Amino acid sequence: MEGLKVSESDLLVYLHPSKSKNVSQAIYNELSSMLFKYNETFDGVLLAYSASTNDELAKILPGLHPCFGVRLKAQLLLFHPKPNMILEGKVVKLGAQSIHIVVLGFSSATIIDEDIREEFDYKVKHGKELFASSVNKRHKIEIETVVRFVVKSFDEETLHLSGSLLQPNTGNVNWLDKYAEEDLVESNTKKRRDYQTADHSKLTTDDDRVKKSKKHKSSHS
Amino acid sequence: MGAVGDDIGDVSDYELTHHVRQALKAVLEGDTDEYDQLIGNMHHTERLVPDEVAMLVTILRALSGAVSFIDIVHHRSLLSSICAMRFWNYGPDVMDALMELVVTLATSNGKYVDLCLDMLVSNFIPPFNFLEILKQPRGLAKKDQVLARVHAALKGIADLVPLAPSRLEQIVRERVPNVFAKEAQIVVYVENMLMLESGDMGEFVGNSMIFELVNRLIDLDVEIGWDEVLLDDPNNKGIFLMELEDLARTDETEMDMDEPQIEYTGRKVLWGNVVAQKLDTLMELAFDHLQSCFKNGRLPQVFEALLQSFQSTVLNAYKSKFAQFVMFYACSLDPEDCGTQFVSKLLEIFKSTVYPQEWRMSAVAYLASYLSRAKFLSTSYVTIILESLVDWCYKYSKNQSGEINLKNHRVFYAACQALMYVLCFRMRSILATPRLKSQLVNMPLEKIFKHALNPLEVCLPSIVEEFLRQAKAAHLFTVSNGTFLFDHLFESELSRAFGGFQRLDVFFPFDPYLLKKSDRFIRPNFIYWSMVRTTYDDDEDDDDDDDDDDDVEDDNDDEFDMNLSKMSITPKDSFMFGNLQDRKMQMPSRIRPSTSPESL
Repeated sequence: MEGLKVSESDLLVYLHPSKSKNVSQAIYNELSSMLFKYNETFDGVLLAYSASTNDELAKILPGLHPCFGVRLKAQLLLFHPKPNMILEGKVVKLGAQSIHIVVLGFSSATIIDEDIREEFDYKVKHGKELFASSVNKRHKIEIETVVRFVVKSFDEETLHLSGSLLQPNTGNVNWLDKYAEEDLVESNTKKRRDYQTADHSKLTTDDDRVKKSKKHKSSHS
Repeated sequence: MGAVGDDIGDVSDYELTHHVRQALKAVLEGDTDEYDQLIGNMHHTERLVPDEVAMLVTILRALSGAVSFIDIVHHRSLLSSICAMRFWNYGPDVMDALMELVVTLATSNGKYVDLCLDMLVSNFIPPFNFLEILKQPRGLAKKDQVLARVHAALKGIADLVPLAPSRLEQIVRERVPNVFAKEAQIVVYVENMLMLESGDMGEFVGNSMIFELVNRLIDLDVEIGWDEVLLDDPNNKGIFLMELEDLARTDETEMDMDEPQIEYTGRKVLWGNVVAQKLDTLMELAFDHLQSCFKNGRLPQVFEALLQSFQSTVLNAYKSKFAQFVMFYACSLDPEDCGTQFVSKLLEIFKSTVYPQEWRMSAVAYLASYLSRAKFLSTSYVTIILESLVDWCYKYSKNQSGEINLKNHRVFYAACQALMYVLCFRMRSILATPRLKSQLVNMPLEKIFKHALNPLEVCLPSIVEEFLRQAKAAHLFTVSNGTFLFDHLFESELSRAFGGFQRLDVFFPFDPYLLKKSDRFIRPNFIYWSMVRTTYDDDEDDDDDDDDDDDVEDDNDDEFDMNLSKMSITPKDSFMFGNLQDRKMQMPSRIRPSTSPESL
């Protein structure tokens, strides 16, 4: 999944003098207050951090409250989705007009029906709502499915994504990883058989075709 | 839209949605006709006929399908129409459709989350004209309908937008009604807060709901002056003489007397009544909630939040009178777990060297009041805690060489007073058990009281007197020839206020609870002074001396400090209950909350 990165950073945290008794606790409190919020400096949403100080000394700022600045080295796990990135998330709600997904357990994403490709039809089967592909029968999107989608936009304030399932490499992750290859081959096999019935003389070139389609596939992925 | 209204049976959902989408899209191009019509149709609120209901439901459903086309800038009037809709005005059909619309809108785009949460929270309180019917059966039924859906909608949004609960917390706190709002509004809002606490989102927003509840209670509490709650009398007796007042009796006799009291304007007393009533209802809600939490096994978690908010809000609230009883009640539900946590926390604050003096004095006052008044505490437990208190006082006194000094040793004097207070209530029962008696006798009490710091001369005279009286009757502090060591201190005139401007020396937080409706929760667990068997009591039956009120005259009022009238235990007029010499305890009479002669 794209959109996650680990940043090595040098930080400077200013602490109030009352915190000087337990500096590490104060540092963790400061950093924790920034979790799950978008930070411009980091260019992303802070998900996790690991920080350490090298220096035992800290400079005291002059002023009304003599805060002191502690230098840190930190590794920051950041979430920074940009348009056209591919993300994965779990479906929590399906409707005829939209699919609602939760990414990484905290970010909500919505895909509206205009951004779902034609092959997917909304159906209700056995009381369950789902989007089923008309082309590949086994490709289904239901509640609890993990779905791969393309990011259209990301609202930094509310951490809300809007996504799209228009591209062919999007959809149910399980299906994409398992069956995509097979189905591709199968659909080509089907084409070959049709071709065969039309022209018996081309029988011997089957293997060549298979090899060719495989090569073709590998050049695309 | 008129045409659609007529042919509702013939038009499919998809077509309706499509129609709305077209209308919304048209606005961006400048054509607002359809759009305006749409909004116009949404504004019917009063007494909808079935046709109008069907129309509204259709519109809302169609909008649900078209949320992705709603633009925050161009469709501002539509958004404000949706947010202005009140669940309370409609029937179940419209409510359901509205619920769906709000959830779909909130989850379609991050920008609408706050808007929709705000709309739902504003539906916690019914519209103004609905407030009167709220108490009636149909009002209650409506309330159930509305709140069920509002909370379901909140849950729906939280499921799809994981960060919604933290925004919800903030919005709930911002919109809470202040003390001047009508009682019905405050009550229904707090009901909602408690529903959130016990609901599915409880693990996220529960703690801040509890905090906010305690804040509300304190806000109301501090608005009630003592003067308003009980018709105060500057000529007050010592705290152990009388505690409760049958206000009916007061009213009859009060009419005749020439009251030296302050004249209360009708407005001031009435305001106090109103606030006391609000507080009474809220306390009832709070107690009910704690009870149901206990039944569901959730009390430990709720208590944690309660204890924290107690420490940050209630402990330091200047003269809070009733709000602290939520702690008392919670401890009474679960003495082993919650009760011991409460005591440990109070001891921790008292013994710490970090917290300010006022906090420590307040903590020890709470401890003393709790240990004395809680019926559900065993005497052996009280003795153990007492021992720890005595230990601290003893160690402190050993380290000091100076004389009486009110400022420097306030915490010490507060602790000594606490000791004496608890022993006034518990001495007899401690001495009744041999094991506990030997524990008490072994405590270095004598050394503490004989120390140069001289707590017996500093602490509140009424407490010191009562304590010494009981100690003498129990033959404590006696030397071999039988004389009582502290005889000279009886009837001494010394009265030093060590409590500072907050009068923490006369702060007894768990004094009798005076709010009428919620009293039923506290009464079974509470020890009233008149229930206490002192060591000098003759072994006679408890008497029902309610009738003595009218006969006796008042004297000896002048020797008591005017400041005593500000005490937590506000005793009633002396002439009602007997003079200073006659210390017979009265049986507790039924209490009534703030009333004025006018209202009766």
